[in-house]
Amino acid sequence: MHILLRGREIANIKQLKVYEAHDGFAGLRKALAVKPSEVIDIVKASGLRGRGGAGFPTGVKWSFIPQNEPIKYVTVNADESETGTFKDREIMEENPYQLIEGSLICAYAIQAKSIYIYLRGEFWDIGDQLDACIEALREKGYVGKNILGSGYDCEVYTHLGAGAYICGEESALLNSLEGYLGQPRVRPPFPAQKGGGLYKEATVVNNVETLANVPYILTAGAEAFKAIGTEQSSGTKIYCVSGHVKKPGNYELSMGTTFRELLYDHAGGPLFDDRPFKAMLPSGGSGPIVPLTDEVLDTPMSYEDAERIGTIIGSASIIIMDETVDMTWVASKVTKFFKHESCGKCTPCREGTYWLDKVIDRILDGRGSPDDVKRIADVAENMAGTTLCALGDFAANPIIHTIRHFPDDFAQHVQT
Amino acid sequence: MAIIGNPKYKERIQSHLAKYETKRSAVMPLLFIAQEEYGWVNPEGIDEVAHILNMDPTQVKSIAGFYTMYSEKPKGKYWLQVCTDLPCALKGADEFHAWLKDELGVEEGGTSADGMFTVDHVMCLAACDKAPMLQCNFRYVEELDQEKMRELLAKWRGEAVQAANGRN
Repeated sequence: MHILLRGREIANIKQLKVYEAHDGFAGLRKALAVKPSEVIDIVKASGLRGRGGAGFPTGVKWSFIPQNEPIKYVTVNADESETGTFKDREIMEENPYQLIEGSLICAYAIQAKSIYIYLRGEFWDIGDQLDACIEALREKGYVGKNILGSGYDCEVYTHLGAGAYICGEESALLNSLEGYLGQPRVRPPFPAQKGGGLYKEATVVNNVETLANVPYILTAGAEAFKAIGTEQSSGTKIYCVSGHVKKPGNYELSMGTTFRELLYDHAGGPLFDDRPFKAMLPSGGSGPIVPLTDEVLDTPMSYEDAERIGTIIGSASIIIMDETVDMTWVASKVTKFFKHESCGKCTPCREGTYWLDKVIDRILDGRGSPDDVKRIADVAENMAGTTLCALGDFAANPIIHTIRHFPDDFAQHVQT
Repeated sequence: MAIIGNPKYKERIQSHLAKYETKRSAVMPLLFIAQEEYGWVNPEGIDEVAHILNMDPTQVKSIAGFYTMYSEKPKGKYWLQVCTDLPCALKGADEFHAWLKDELGVEEGGTSADGMFTVDHVMCLAACDKAPMLQCNFRYVEELDQEKMRELLAKWRGEAVQAANGRN
């Protein structure tokens, strides 16, 4: 069932009249008919958790916004830059009105003055499409003054980034939107607090996929949403599958579907029949790598079950590697990513990613020693937990977990 | 050439200034406009953006330097940025990137002798299911192989020649 990728079933849902004909803006109408705090309660009851990676309960996040502050904002995180993630792109390309409707419901719930959609710069054509959608909505009274006669006013704007992974981190995103370097802020104050959000006002920052779920929650009800998925992971999730499978792509499935069903029934199994799966990065470059054993394959894809096998669901960007792939090379690839994307603010991340990359290059070159493998593990362990944002932890993961699970892949490169 | 006083950009600059609470917030969209006008973010563009936003040119330059989509030096007519991040690399993107540089006779970040193509590599562009892929002047070109790429290079060369003839 598709709650999000409805463009696959309903032709032209990206046109406003088609979207309206399929329950479009029924969720917003329902929201506007009740008190803002009731909308927050509905989203809380649905069990919806943030789809950007952290999995924080969405309704709880909204409830942190102080109600008595006169100015509040919603910022949509459409910076989609995690290695292997391409789900928000499909939502915005094929079902843009649902994202805007979800954002408007969130804005009403916290009584925000305006919404800024922060898109990665490469998505400029999606930005143009969203701008056109916003204008169409303004003409019909869904955006602007006195929305649908409710007395509530809200503006919606798009903003383009310009190529920086770090701007997907919420406080860096806010700095970038304010015209400063996209570097994380010291917290507290958190974005939801006065002084911590956009222009120092209380701000909700939510991922595209998170907000696109909200219209369904309002129309079908929190119980209907909670009935999908597992106890702690409600709803569907878009799993982005890439790498060594026959049919890479986005698959929207109930949370709790097993990795085996996703990879074999939907993604077609190993790309080459004689090359079995070896490993999987279930949350792009930033989550811990796991060997694709039978136990892992039979694990349900939920926040709680992923934790049980020592990894995370995160943004569900599932990168699959077959038996021909050298995990030292994978560690190198992912480290080069984080070295490039480290914003340079915190010393452990800036220097750590630089030195990790240098030493892994030496190992891959055949000039490393067994001590070098210990050295990179040591550097990585000392980066984790020492930085203002999670990038430092993310950059430590590929080293720590590839060495833990695939020590032979490293040993083959170093002379003893 | 200028962005200040240029009727081509007047309305766009005004709409960007109108949507934010502070002028400074418009620095990123204005840098894109400067890059559009000059082909890269040159010192003139930096000064104009700084002037419009009441910012110090050094502050504007630091923003331009932080993000990969602002080019701080001139590029070829077509800027080809190949994604070589892990999911694309698993589908042969490193080999494709090396081949493309070879085909055009350029080093990483270099521009072909005819000034037509600049080639470099970028991190994940959110098109992992369509690897190998690249962006050409920020337009995605997906599911590439050598044959398809040769055809595209010929097509772009042809378009450039046509455009040049059209001007004469």
